[in-house]
Amino acid sequence: MAETRIPRSDPPPASTIGVFGWLRRNLFSSPFNIALTLLASYLLYLAVPPLLRWALLDATWSGDSREACQANSGACWVFIRVHFEQFMYGFYPETQRWRVNTALLLLILGAAPLFAHAVPNKLKARWGLGLLVVYPLVAFVLFKGGLFGLPVVDTSRWGGLLLTLVIAGVGMTAALPLGILLALGRRSQMPAIRTLCTTFIELWRGVPLITVLFMSSVMLPLFLPAGVNFDKLLRALIGITLFQSAYMAEVVRGGLQAIPKGQFEAAAALGLGYWKTMALIVLPQALKLVIPGIVNTFIALFKDTSLVLIIGLFDLMNIVHNATTNPAWLGFSTEGYAFAAAVYWLFCFSMSRYSQNLEKRLYTGHKR
Amino acid sequence: MNEPSPAPLSEQEMIRMEKVHKWYGTFHVLKDINLTVRKGERIVVCGPSGSGKSTAIRCINRLEEFQRGRIVVDGQELSNDVKQIEQIRREVGMVFQHFNLFPHLTVLENCTLAPIWVRKLPRRQAEDIAMRYLERVKIPEQAGKYPGQLSGGQQQRVAIARSLCMNPKIMLFDEPTSALDPEMIKEVLETMVTLAEDGMTMICVTHEMGFAKTVAHRVIFMDGGEIIEENEPEEFFTHPQSDRTKLFLSQILHN
Repeated sequence: MAETRIPRSDPPPASTIGVFGWLRRNLFSSPFNIALTLLASYLLYLAVPPLLRWALLDATWSGDSREACQANSGACWVFIRVHFEQFMYGFYPETQRWRVNTALLLLILGAAPLFAHAVPNKLKARWGLGLLVVYPLVAFVLFKGGLFGLPVVDTSRWGGLLLTLVIAGVGMTAALPLGILLALGRRSQMPAIRTLCTTFIELWRGVPLITVLFMSSVMLPLFLPAGVNFDKLLRALIGITLFQSAYMAEVVRGGLQAIPKGQFEAAAALGLGYWKTMALIVLPQALKLVIPGIVNTFIALFKDTSLVLIIGLFDLMNIVHNATTNPAWLGFSTEGYAFAAAVYWLFCFSMSRYSQNLEKRLYTGHKR
Repeated sequence: MNEPSPAPLSEQEMIRMEKVHKWYGTFHVLKDINLTVRKGERIVVCGPSGSGKSTAIRCINRLEEFQRGRIVVDGQELSNDVKQIEQIRREVGMVFQHFNLFPHLTVLENCTLAPIWVRKLPRRQAEDIAMRYLERVKIPEQAGKYPGQLSGGQQQRVAIARSLCMNPKIMLFDEPTSALDPEMIKEVLETMVTLAEDGMTMICVTHEMGFAKTVAHRVIFMDGGEIIEENEPEEFFTHPQSDRTKLFLSQILHN
């Protein structure tokens, strides 16, 4: 037994593993890297402690008025606390806010299975698709009212994070399918459809979103007959959706072009027609490839919703801005914008993480 | 081994190509192709690369258009009618050089997709059929895996099973072993031989001369977009008629 020779496998040198190894590899691998590390540490030393002092240590958390903040030199988070409801709901009537909360709860409950590991991907896709169709209707009825004895709340009173989420949600769920159709149209064999889609995409991509919003709210009414007036929010939603669908179309087109010709040929050889080939073979692969691009567009869309402030809608950004001009609370714009930034960041970062998770889950490659 | 398997051929015509011409732009790729394939007949098409052999068989299921001539498949003449083309493609299976499996679907889903969506079979029945063919190509245990997890030879056998699941009357093979490592060629050829033994009508573009000798009823040699020579395998290999055939055979058999 003692004679059996087992090939020895030695541990790697201590300097290449563990914390020490990591530090060496990542922070101190060359003189230039050492200099960068030292410089970065110095900058962090300059920036972080004052920031922490302002935001946490010297900040005021309790109280109901600006007077409470006078004792401390740091941030006055009382400003946010006092306005919090407004930031979330805008001018939505206080007695009706339960409707918004109910819609949120329904969304969380509805979306929960999409995040559960136990649910198979196929079921998730089906559930998600159903949710996309049903939920907007339910949420709309809840927000707007007028049915089932719910009092009507006009869209002009929707505001804050609620409005931001409505615009972003509608924009995303409408722009993606529209973008897919436009991308397919742009690659169509039929010249009329191809020209139409290309023109549409290039037209909408060539103008700034801000002009689209202006046009929708200021100029469009001029062209409509007197007395005809439709909802300002709806007009903004249409404008944003068409604008974003043009971008989405180009992202999706990138994915379509990456699918090898052999996939189309194999589908054709099996007798699959155009729509079945696209729906079953090409789009599932193409969309998976461009998840990063799609989410990138979604994130841009989410932040672009803040532009609706120029047409007088009170989304999160505008309502925060509005609160900073409140005579009783002048001088707290830093706190207000920091809060708005944190909320935007939270949503965008979550989307980014979710997309990474999705990519990992849908990976079937194992390609060498 | 060298004897062509004697199979009583019916007189029924499965494929007829008449004076087929094709151009890519101004380049004349197919020149006056005439070919009749009877039910149960097995044909091997060979020739140097660029000779138009792949293009010729891809015309049969209309993956390629042709500009002149006519092709009749199973009694139906190919036209520009999309519905009719899809109809014909259901009856004509095709196996590609690069497999072209659908990478986002499992092996089983690859096999059941067309039967479910084109033939409108219930999922259960489509899965039963798929498992039967996967057993026939000897990889039922891989049914739940994705194509990217299989070897090239296994992928090509899945591709054959996928075609068979549509219960085609004709199978077209477009260089099915050219992209495979040598040790995997054998397993794919064996699958094709069992298919031949069952009486499938087959047209095979391949350089596997051993396969041609054992399985084919006829060997067709193409060069420069023309059919130069066609004969029974025995005659074709022992007494090639044209100089081009002789040259090609000497190149192929020497390496």
